[in-house]
Amino acid sequence: MINSGDTAFIIICTAMVMLMTPGVGLFYAGMVRRKSVISMITLAFVAFAVVSIQWVLFGYSLAFGPDIAGFIGGLDHVGLAGVGLDGDGIPDILFMVFQLVFAGLTLAILTSGFAERVKLSSFIVFGLLWTTLVYDPLAHWAWGGGWASQLGALDFAGGTVVHISSGFGALAAALVIGKRLGFGQETMEPANIPLTLLGGALLWFGWFGFNAGSELAADGIAANAFTVTLVAASAGALAWMGASWIKGKPSSLGMISGAIAGLVAITPACGFVDTMSAIVIGAVAGLLCYAALLFRLKKGLDESLDAWAIHGVGGFWGAIATGIFATAAICGIDGLIYGNVNQFVIQLIDAGVAVVYAFVVTYVIAMLVEKTIGLRVEEEEEYVGLDIAQHGESVRM
Amino acid sequence: MKKIEAVIRPEKLEKVSEALLDKGHHAMTVTEVRGRGAQRGIALQFRGKEILVDLIPKVKIEIVTEDKNVDDIVDIIKTYAHTGKNGDGKIFVYDIEKCLTVRDE
Repeated sequence: MINSGDTAFIIICTAMVMLMTPGVGLFYAGMVRRKSVISMITLAFVAFAVVSIQWVLFGYSLAFGPDIAGFIGGLDHVGLAGVGLDGDGIPDILFMVFQLVFAGLTLAILTSGFAERVKLSSFIVFGLLWTTLVYDPLAHWAWGGGWASQLGALDFAGGTVVHISSGFGALAAALVIGKRLGFGQETMEPANIPLTLLGGALLWFGWFGFNAGSELAADGIAANAFTVTLVAASAGALAWMGASWIKGKPSSLGMISGAIAGLVAITPACGFVDTMSAIVIGAVAGLLCYAALLFRLKKGLDESLDAWAIHGVGGFWGAIATGIFATAAICGIDGLIYGNVNQFVIQLIDAGVAVVYAFVVTYVIAMLVEKTIGLRVEEEEEYVGLDIAQHGESVRM
Repeated sequence: MKKIEAVIRPEKLEKVSEALLDKGHHAMTVTEVRGRGAQRGIALQFRGKEILVDLIPKVKIEIVTEDKNVDDIVDIIKTYAHTGKNGDGKIFVYDIEKCLTVRDE
C-alpha cells in the first residue's frame, strides 16, 4: 500500500538528488580554466540526459530486473513494463526515478577524468556504454539482488555503486585519454573558486536527499542518515582544511573538497552507523582523500578534478568503514569494532571487486571508443578551449 | 629609455615573469587581450563546416627599461614564450620620450 508521507518525502529527495548533477557541473567548472567552464557544466547535464533515457528504456531493468546469475537483472522491465503507480510504501515508478537520478549523477562525476579535452560526441557514446556495462551491473549487485547483496555486503546509498565506480572509472578514463596539453608545465589556474563553492553547496544539500532518501521511507533510519551525513561532511571539511593548513594556506577549495570526501565516505555507511562514528569516518576521509590527491599529483596523473582521489578513494574507505563501524543499535548488524570480523571481510571483498570491475571495464570501453571514433579533440581545439570548439560559446568571468 | 611590448600566449606568462625576475627585471604591466596574427586566428573543422575562431586570448606585457636592458629582456621573452607554432606572439620595442614617477615631487 502507498504511504503518502513516504511518497512525499522520496519525491522531494529525488528532486534534491537531481540538483547534485548540475552541482557537480558547477563544482568542476570552477576548477578548470575559463575556456572550459561551459563545457564542464554541459558535460554534467548531457550525462544526466543520456542516462535518463537509457535508464527508462533498459537501464532500470538491467539493474532491478529479475536476477540472472547474481550479475545482472533481466529484461522484464524494458520500457518500464510493469513499473506502475502502485507499490510497497512508495509507487514503483517513484523508486525507478529515485534510482535514475543516482545513475545520472554517477556519470557526471566521471567527467572529471575527461576535463577540457573530450569530444562531446564520443563522450555520449562512452557514457551510454559505461552506464550500461559498469553502473547497471554494480547497482544490481548492491541493490537489485545481485551477488554482493546475497553475500550480505552493506551499501546504504551507493559507496560502491556511485562513488567507487565513478572514481576508479575516472582514473581509467584519464589514463586512456591522456594528460591535458601543458599539464605539469603550466599553472592551470582555476577559473572561478566561488563557482566551485556554490557547486559544493548544492552537492552537500542534495546529499541529504541522496542518503536519507535511500531509506525509501520517512522514518528514524532516514533521520539518522541525515544526521550522520551532516556530521561526516563537517568533519571532512575541517580535517582536509587542517591538513592543508599545515602545508600552507587553508584554501577554500581544500575545505569544500574535504566536505565532499566526508559525504562520499558516509554514503555507504549512513544507515548503519551512529553519529560519533560519522565524525571519525568523515575526518579520516578528509585526510585520506587529501593524501590521495597529493599522491596523484606526485605521479603526474591528470585525473583532472580528483574524482578518483575523492570519490574513488573516499568510496573505498566508506565501504570499509561500514564494516568497521556498523552498529546493531542502528541497523541490527555489528561491524569490526563490535567484534564482527565477518562483516568487515565482506565489505573488503565487495569494495575490492567493485574497484577492479569499474577500473578494468571502464578502461576497455574508453579504449574501444578511442580506437574507433577517438575520445579526444584536436590539439588546436583543446588550445582554444572546449567552450568555443565544442559549443561555439564563451564566458567572461 | 625603451618600452618593450610583448603579446604572448597566456600560459607562458608565468615562466616569462619568473625568468625576468631572476635576472632582476622587476617592473612590468600585464593586460589580458585578444588578437590575431597573420594566420587570422584558428580555423576549426566541423564535418565540412569551418568555424574561424577569430580572436585568440593572449596576454600583453609592457616593460619600460634602460636601453642597455632591452636585448636581455627580449631574449628572455623569446626563450620562455616560445613553442615554435603559430600564435607564439610578437615583441615591439619603442623609444620613450619621457618617464616620470607619480610619487616624485
